[in-house]
Amino acid sequence: MTDTLKTSVAIQAIGPRGRRRSPSGVRWGSPGVYLVALILITVCITPILYIIIGGFRTNSQITTDPSGWPAPWEIGNYTDVLGSSEFWTAMVNSTIAAVGTTLGAVILGVMASYVIARYDFGGKAIMYSFFAAGLMFPITVAITPLYLLIRNLGLVNSLGGIILPQIAFALPTTIIILVPFLRAIPKELEEAASIDGASRLGFFWRMVIPLSLPGVITVGILAFIGSWNGYMLPLFILNDASLFTLPLGVQNFSSQYSVDTARVLAYTSLSMLPALIFFSMFERRIVGGLTGAVKG
Amino acid sequence: MTESQALMSSTAPARSNRVGTDRASVPTRAPRRPDWRKRGEIALLAGPALLIFVGFVIFPVMMAAFYGFFKWNGYGWPTEFVGLDNYALMLQDDTFRAAVGHNFTIVVLSLLMQGPIAILFALLLNQKIRGRSVIRVLIFAPYVIAEVVVGTGWSLMLQDAGALNSLLEKVGLGALQNSWIADPAIAMWSLMIIITWKYIGFAVILMLAGMQSIPEELYEAAAIDGAGFWKSQWSITLPLLGPTIRIWAFLSIIGSLQLFDLVNIIWGQYIAATAGTSTMATYMYQNGHLAGSYGYGNAVAVMLFLISLVVALVYQRFVLRRDTEGALTGDSRKGRRR
Repeated sequence: MTDTLKTSVAIQAIGPRGRRRSPSGVRWGSPGVYLVALILITVCITPILYIIIGGFRTNSQITTDPSGWPAPWEIGNYTDVLGSSEFWTAMVNSTIAAVGTTLGAVILGVMASYVIARYDFGGKAIMYSFFAAGLMFPITVAITPLYLLIRNLGLVNSLGGIILPQIAFALPTTIIILVPFLRAIPKELEEAASIDGASRLGFFWRMVIPLSLPGVITVGILAFIGSWNGYMLPLFILNDASLFTLPLGVQNFSSQYSVDTARVLAYTSLSMLPALIFFSMFERRIVGGLTGAVKG
Repeated sequence: MTESQALMSSTAPARSNRVGTDRASVPTRAPRRPDWRKRGEIALLAGPALLIFVGFVIFPVMMAAFYGFFKWNGYGWPTEFVGLDNYALMLQDDTFRAAVGHNFTIVVLSLLMQGPIAILFALLLNQKIRGRSVIRVLIFAPYVIAEVVVGTGWSLMLQDAGALNSLLEKVGLGALQNSWIADPAIAMWSLMIIITWKYIGFAVILMLAGMQSIPEELYEAAAIDGAGFWKSQWSITLPLLGPTIRIWAFLSIIGSLQLFDLVNIIWGQYIAATAGTSTMATYMYQNGHLAGSYGYGNAVAVMLFLISLVVALVYQRFVLRRDTEGALTGDSRKGRRR
């Protein structure tokens, strides 16, 4: 949650400013710069590689030489994990939670942002500030009473119990990012649509949604990754191992098989793979959004 | 919360009015009906979001303030009103005070460790070099990975018979071997290294973004005046990066105060306090949720919120205010001031 919060505020802070493209050809700079970049990259990805490569070793290899290279490479750990129902259950749960959260946050967020951006009524500035104030309540602060609420609603040990709060906590960022997008749609379009007989709602579905797609995708990604990586909420809400999402799955697996380090590493690297793939697919939206490349 | 929101909310009504008058100029069928229809549409569109937001964000936080005055195991309706006892108990508890201390240590160390490193790396990556986008993706990767994965991976690397100690042995630095996680003298530094590793990418990307909004002409002018690379970074980049740095610092401070995931995953419920890495949030989880004392847990939540709020307000009052002023009085002045 705090992650998405940070990212979204960053987009807000940076988004409106221009981006300076490097002119014409990019030259090879000084070797020192590459050296520093190389050091930074090494530091950043070594722990990730440690997890992935460690999964290709056996426990005896790890015990005799914890920092060694796989010799020989074993894929047994990975096939074990991929063959276990535990892993796939967590994967399916994580997917359901993330997709549900993303859809809910995007749909409700677009609707509310549309009202704030394009309707004229008394309390709209208040409504905006109200949602924006939600950023002052990170999930850490609300989790204890939230757990009680979820329990009273009978949603403990159900994926709905994490999807609904996640939607609610994703709404502030979603709305803050989307409102400028929706506001930027030219008013002439709305007039033209109105003259052609489209109602406001018709305009909403046929024009607003397609035109604000870049913003919608950005908030969708943020909600998805936030849910996929979410730890605290599932930790409070889900006790039943058959409902565990991947983060809880990793934690559970690593305490259950604490002596089987190799398998824990395999499980851990398999569980981060979807996030990494997803990230590299949409990397330009996330990093690009941060550097102000997202139009709007 | 931050300046950007404040700015946006202040521009919201001005722009919307324009849309509203345009709407009036569009021919409508009946003067009264659309008004009701508009209200209906507003309710239909904004209603669900408002409902879920109030229900799951605002309402629980308000209930926390209420529950915090009771001694309560979380079942039924709280009846045992204890006034401010929970708060008194909390403030007298050395474990809680230690956790608050750890939180503030993390706040300060995060700023001191991540800030300079991030600015330095962003400066170097801001050069026109090949593969810049690949570099960005790679340094951003740790930020995207789940805290659980980070915690599990690092705790395996740092355990006594883990990869780090083994590596130190191999390169002949066996003397530096340590009990990285369990030793209270070192645990906090291990945590700081992991936090730096996890969040430095975010800081670098943010600083890079800030640097790219600085006009190239300033550097050209400085070069003509004979300023070298470091001189112009010091006199142009750093001052103009001010707003970015201050926003990053704000996010970092709030994040440090709320820290839970990494500590709970690596140190678990019982070791965190003795290893000197417990935070307010892990304290709340252990003494509220796991202990089943929900009145007390809610009081801790309220305290956590109040501390964050006070820090946020003080920061906004004394640090961010400059940016808001700058934004209101025009940015051009800023460039000339230095």
